[in-house]
Amino acid sequence: MIMAKQKKTNEIFIQIDGKKVKAAEGMTVLQAAQSAGITIPTLCRHEKLEPYGACRICTVEVDNRGWTKLVASCLYPVEQDLVVKTRSAKVDKIRKMILEFLLAHAPNSPQLQELAEEYGADKDRFAKESSFCILCGLCVRYCAEVKKKHAVGYVNNGARREIRFIPEIAAKECSACKECFPLCPTSYLQAAFLLSEALAFSKKSPSTELIK
Amino acid sequence: MSQRDPDKPSIAVCAGMDCLERDNNRIIAAFEKETDKNNLKTKVDLRATGCHGYCEKGPVVVIYPEEICYLGVTPEDVPEIVIKTVLGKKVIDRLVYTDPDSGKKAPYMPEIPFYKNQMRHLMGSSTRIDPQSIDDYLALGGYAALSKALFKMSPEDVLDEVKKAELRGRGGGGFPAGWKWKTARDAPGKEKYVIVNAHEGELGAFMDRAIFTGNPHCVLEGLIIGAYAIGSHQGFIYTRHDTLRLKNNIDIAIAAAEEYGFLGENILGSGFDFHVEVHLDIGIFVSGESSALMRSIEGNIPEPRPKYIRTSVSGIWGKPSDLNNVETWANVPLIIDKGVDWYTGTGTEGSKGTKLVSLSGNIVNKGVAEVPFGTTIREIVYGIGGGIPGGKKLKAVHFGGPMGGCIPENLIDTPLDFDELAKLGAPIGAGSMLVLDEDADMVEVTRYFLQYLSDESCGKCVPCREGIRQMLKILHNIKEGNGKKGDIALLEEISEVTGAASLCALGKTAADPLLSTLRYFRDEYEAKIAQGKSPAEKRE
Repeated sequence: MIMAKQKKTNEIFIQIDGKKVKAAEGMTVLQAAQSAGITIPTLCRHEKLEPYGACRICTVEVDNRGWTKLVASCLYPVEQDLVVKTRSAKVDKIRKMILEFLLAHAPNSPQLQELAEEYGADKDRFAKESSFCILCGLCVRYCAEVKKKHAVGYVNNGARREIRFIPEIAAKECSACKECFPLCPTSYLQAAFLLSEALAFSKKSPSTELIK
Repeated sequence: MSQRDPDKPSIAVCAGMDCLERDNNRIIAAFEKETDKNNLKTKVDLRATGCHGYCEKGPVVVIYPEEICYLGVTPEDVPEIVIKTVLGKKVIDRLVYTDPDSGKKAPYMPEIPFYKNQMRHLMGSSTRIDPQSIDDYLALGGYAALSKALFKMSPEDVLDEVKKAELRGRGGGGFPAGWKWKTARDAPGKEKYVIVNAHEGELGAFMDRAIFTGNPHCVLEGLIIGAYAIGSHQGFIYTRHDTLRLKNNIDIAIAAAEEYGFLGENILGSGFDFHVEVHLDIGIFVSGESSALMRSIEGNIPEPRPKYIRTSVSGIWGKPSDLNNVETWANVPLIIDKGVDWYTGTGTEGSKGTKLVSLSGNIVNKGVAEVPFGTTIREIVYGIGGGIPGGKKLKAVHFGGPMGGCIPENLIDTPLDFDELAKLGAPIGAGSMLVLDEDADMVEVTRYFLQYLSDESCGKCVPCREGIRQMLKILHNIKEGNGKKGDIALLEEISEVTGAASLCALGKTAADPLLSTLRYFRDEYEAKIAQGKSPAEKRE
C-alpha cells in the first residue's frame, strides 16, 4: 500500500517572476524571494530587525485571486498561489521616483547611486534638500531592538522628522558601541553623533566652553 | 426605567462647543437665577444640553414642551424669556428665526428651515438631554436597545441585524460595519477589543464631537451592543486631548453606566462582562488612522502599520480589534431598537440611514446637520445651509477634509451617497462639507490641504513624506508666480507614486484634493502657470 505523502501544512508555494518558489507560512514575500535567490532592493531592511516598511523601494506587484496590488514585499505575508512580479513598469516607476526623492537628500550615497543606475533615476530631478538623512531608521531601530538602549530616536513628524541622539543615553552608551555607524547609508548618522557629542555630551566638552 | 417625565416643561440651553464660546455659561447662570426667583425650580427643568447644530445662530435656547426656539440669546434676554415665555407662554419675536427674504418669523424649532429640512435620528435627542445625566438618556428610551440585545437576541442575531441594516462606517471609508464586526468575531483568539474612534481629525469636521459630547450614552450603548455581538469584553475610546469637555462627558457617562449596571461585570444580570477605557490622542492627525490609533493605545508612537492583515484580525497587541467611528456606533442602538426595516427605510440603495455633516466655509448657516442619505448637495447647501453669504456664487463643495475631494457647482444635484460622491472623486469622508464661493482659489485650497498633511503625517514612509514635500514645492512655486510648463504633469506623476506606494491611507489619498481640483479646475492651474508673476509682483 502506498501512503500518500503527507504534505506539510505550513508549506506554501508561490510564484515569483514566473518561478515556483517554496515558502513557509508566516514568511514575507521578500524572505521567500531571498530564499530563492531572487533580488528585491531594500533600504530600510536589516536581517536583525523587524520589518519596517518605510522606504517602499521593495514594492512589488502581487496578484491574488485576480486582484493586482502594489505591496511592500518586506511586510506582505505569503499565501498559497500568490503570484509576484518583482519588476513591472509600475514597480520600476515607483522605485525610480523613490530614488529621486532620496537622491535629493543624499546624492552621494553609494547604495542610492547603485540603484539609481539600475532604475534610471536622475539624481538632479528634485532640488537638493538640506538634510542628507534618508530616514531609513536603521540606527534608531538597531539601537532599540538589538541594543535595547534607545540612544538615538526620532524627533518631530511629517516633513520635519529627523533623527537625534539622546545626550543622556548616548554619552554613556555610544562610544563603546557605534554598531549602528556602518548601517547608515549616508553617513548622516556619524555627523549627527559628532554634533551631539560636541554640543551636549560632557560639561568639559570644548563647545560648552565656547558657549560660556 | 427612569423617573423623568419627558414632557415636563424645560429650558434647553445649548452648551455645545460653539455656544460655550459665546458666553453661554452666563446664560445658564442667569436662567438658574431667574427660575429660582420665580419659584420655578421644581416645575421647570433647566438643562445645559449638547450641540443643537445651529452653531451659526448660537447661543440657542429651546423652551419645551412648545419647542419655542430662541437664537442668538444673551444673558440679558434671560429674565424676559422666563417671565414672558416660560411663565406667560408668549413668544418673544425679537429672538426667533426670521426669514431673511420674506421677513416671516418661525418661532418653533421644527419650522426653522435649518431644522425643517433635516432628519435628526441621532441629533434629535441632543436638544432634550443633559449629557451628564444618564436619567435624561433613559427617559428618552436609552439603553432599551442594549437590554433588547442582551435578553432577546443572541450575539449572532445582533450581528445579523447590523449586517442587514447595511450600516456603513461613517469615519471615511464607508466599509460595511457588519462585515467588519463579523471578521473580528470570527478571528481566532479569545481576547478581542472594540474601539470608538473619536479622534475626528478631518479639517472642518465637528459632528462627532457634537454628538459624542451632547449624547455620550448613545455612543456607549452602541459600543456595548457591538462588544456583545463581537464577543469582546474590553473597549477603548480614543479621543482628543484638546477637547476636555468631551472627555469629561465621556468619563461621567462611563461612571454612570457602571453605576447603573450597563457596564462592568454581569451587565444587567445577563452574564456579559464589558469594560471601557478612555485614551487621549497625542495630537497629530495621523493618530486617528486606525492602525496608528491602535499603536497609540498600546503606548507606542502612533505610526500606521500596513494592514495586509486587517486590524479586525490583528489589532491592539495583535488581538482582533474592531474600530468604528463615533457616528457609526451611535447608529447601532437605533438599528437594534427600531429594527432593520425601519432603518433601511431611510437612505439610498447603497447608503442607508442618515448622515451627520458639518457645514463650514462660505455658507450662511455653519453648523452640524443630519440628513437622510440621498439628500442632494443643493438641498444641504441652500435648504439647510441657507446658501452663500454676500450674494456670491457657489463655486465648489469640498468633502472629506485634507484627504478628500470637491465637486463643482454644476454637480450639486448629486445625492449625498457614499458611492455617487466617490465616483466624482469627492468621497464623503467623515462628513465635513467645506463650501467655497466664487472667490475661492482652488490651487491655494489644495496647497493648504497638502501643507496640513505635511505637518500632520508621521513622516515614516518615503512616498508620503517626500512626495508631499515635492508636490508642495511645486504648488508653492505656482503660487509665487514661478510655475513652469510641465508642473502639472510632474504633480500627476508624483501623486501616482504617492498614491500607489505609501504605507497608509494618509499617503495613499494625500493627493486626492490635488487630483480633484485638477479634474474640475485644471484651467486655474494652467492660468496661474501661464500668467507667472504679475508685473507688480515682479517689481517687488
